[in-house]
Amino acid sequence: MSETLILTKRWAKNDPSLAGYRADGGYRSLDKALGMAPAAIVDEVKASNLRGRGGAGFPTGLKWTFLPKDIRPRYLCINADESEPGTFKDRYICEYDPHQLVEGIAISCFALDIHLAYIYIRGEFAKQARSLETALTEAYEAGLLGPRIGGKADFALDVHVVRGAGAYICGEESALMESVEGKKGYPRFKPPFPAIVGLWGKPTIINNVETLANVPWIIENGAKAFSDLGAGKTGGTRLFGVSGNVKRPGVYEKPAGYNLKKLLLEDCGGTASGRPIKAVIPGGSSSPVLKGDEIDVSLEPDAIKSAGTMSGSGGVIVMDDSVCMVRALARIAMFYAEESCGQCTPCRQGTPWMWKVLEKIERGEGTMADLALIEQLPGNIMGQTICALGDAAAMPVQSFVKKFRQEFVEHIEGHGCRHGETGWGVSRSSREALVGGNRHTPR
Amino acid sequence: MSHHDHPNAELGPLQIAELPKDKVARFDAALPEILKRYPADHKEAAMLAALRRAQEIFGWLSPAAQRLVADRLGAPVTRAEEVATFYVMYHTRPVGRHVVEVCTNVSCSLAGGYDIFEDLKRKLGVENGGTTGDGRITLRQVECLGSCGTAPAMLVDEEMHEGLTSQSVAKILGALP
Repeated sequence: MSETLILTKRWAKNDPSLAGYRADGGYRSLDKALGMAPAAIVDEVKASNLRGRGGAGFPTGLKWTFLPKDIRPRYLCINADESEPGTFKDRYICEYDPHQLVEGIAISCFALDIHLAYIYIRGEFAKQARSLETALTEAYEAGLLGPRIGGKADFALDVHVVRGAGAYICGEESALMESVEGKKGYPRFKPPFPAIVGLWGKPTIINNVETLANVPWIIENGAKAFSDLGAGKTGGTRLFGVSGNVKRPGVYEKPAGYNLKKLLLEDCGGTASGRPIKAVIPGGSSSPVLKGDEIDVSLEPDAIKSAGTMSGSGGVIVMDDSVCMVRALARIAMFYAEESCGQCTPCRQGTPWMWKVLEKIERGEGTMADLALIEQLPGNIMGQTICALGDAAAMPVQSFVKKFRQEFVEHIEGHGCRHGETGWGVSRSSREALVGGNRHTPR
Repeated sequence: MSHHDHPNAELGPLQIAELPKDKVARFDAALPEILKRYPADHKEAAMLAALRRAQEIFGWLSPAAQRLVADRLGAPVTRAEEVATFYVMYHTRPVGRHVVEVCTNVSCSLAGGYDIFEDLKRKLGVENGGTTGDGRITLRQVECLGSCGTAPAMLVDEEMHEGLTSQSVAKILGALP
């Protein structure tokens, strides 16, 4: 059975050019959209059940309707900050099919009466930023951006690439806007939400790259076709990036309700080592961990909630039974300690504290009092901060300790780690991943 | 007065006048292109891009370079400093001719990223953030680079290298001038 591919269908061609995109029917949706009433486009996106692909899964069309009717200008920010550990999908849209994103931006801006958009891309993605710049230049030259798009006197659109400079927090939508404004990335209080008070105080929509790249397909094929591809209240396909101990890591485009176990065992071929799967982080490093016997679940955001976790950004990290859970969790805790912006005390102070206690346990110097502490600390951060980074730091700690508690106790009682020198397990060889260019074989 | 005469020489030059004139001219010439991306009444928004350009031209963001950027954007010096010190890709201390940044986050370490970083520390004889005695390479570990499927990964002078092995790392670093 051939599955419908929306986002990855052109990747294998390794042809990001405008000519190539057009030869495959690109920008037909923009033509169609320009002949529609803007409100009809918003309705179509609403009916499609397109949900945000950045991690929160908020219904895109609903977000669009939050814009106040009478305030101009409005802005669009496209979130290409992709920094959640385990997440590596948006970069390939930027590399291999940037016009799909540009077309999605143009349609969305026409629908929302927006005339200025910023693609905020993380500073480390130099190649992807160049690819986007090239695509924008091509689009301007072809009259797909700039003044009088499609001959419409009242539709002008400027799109710019803004590069970040190394800060995970800038993927948080309000920190992203601060960064676009040229400031450090301190998240803002919400409410007011960005759709009401956003960039430079004006109504602003912030959508993820993958989210907007779906818009041309929805306009071309209709809301129902998109909705039917998904499951529950999530329409369409999703990009799942699988990494860690699997035979075939890479980006897989699958229906939104795809089964996690099937993805890992059939599509990815199971573990590279042949050893059993011990743990799976299903949606980026902040999502609660699943044990190897808990992965027979749908990845649809609402369905996976019943398993106590989330499919967040679609970043799936697999660990076989040679990997130390204390080591893995300590590294995740280090990440959040490094990336806390420092604005809120519980997060600024709590994240390094959790990291230090976990390192102590991993070294074999921990006590049962430390274990009690690590069970208590996340609860004192959770819900106590301006943005979700505090929660993101707390959730993996809570879930790892709960699900692998015996392993933490072993470290304490045995005064050390039995998982070898580093704790990272046996599977260290680098492999070619099934992403990008001619190596991409969607399945 | 050169910055070597300054009581805080390790901070680098403090005043715009201490910066090389030709480099200041290059920065000024690059600025209009950067400013084009922002509404005319939001010049300060160009802070990140302007600091990036300044770092490319001056090698690192000394207090004088930060002052230059703030001056040209009509922003307080503190604004430039808070941005320069907030984002990890800005160097507010001198760095080597090349900067090598190895990801040691979970997906990379599961594929050997941690070992690559530790090996490099030994081979180069530096700690995290250190620069080799000959000023050639600054090494540091960084957070997830978004190359999890092609792990392990590193940046060399801000360009991504993926699917690393100890052999490929040696080759990449060996080819650096």
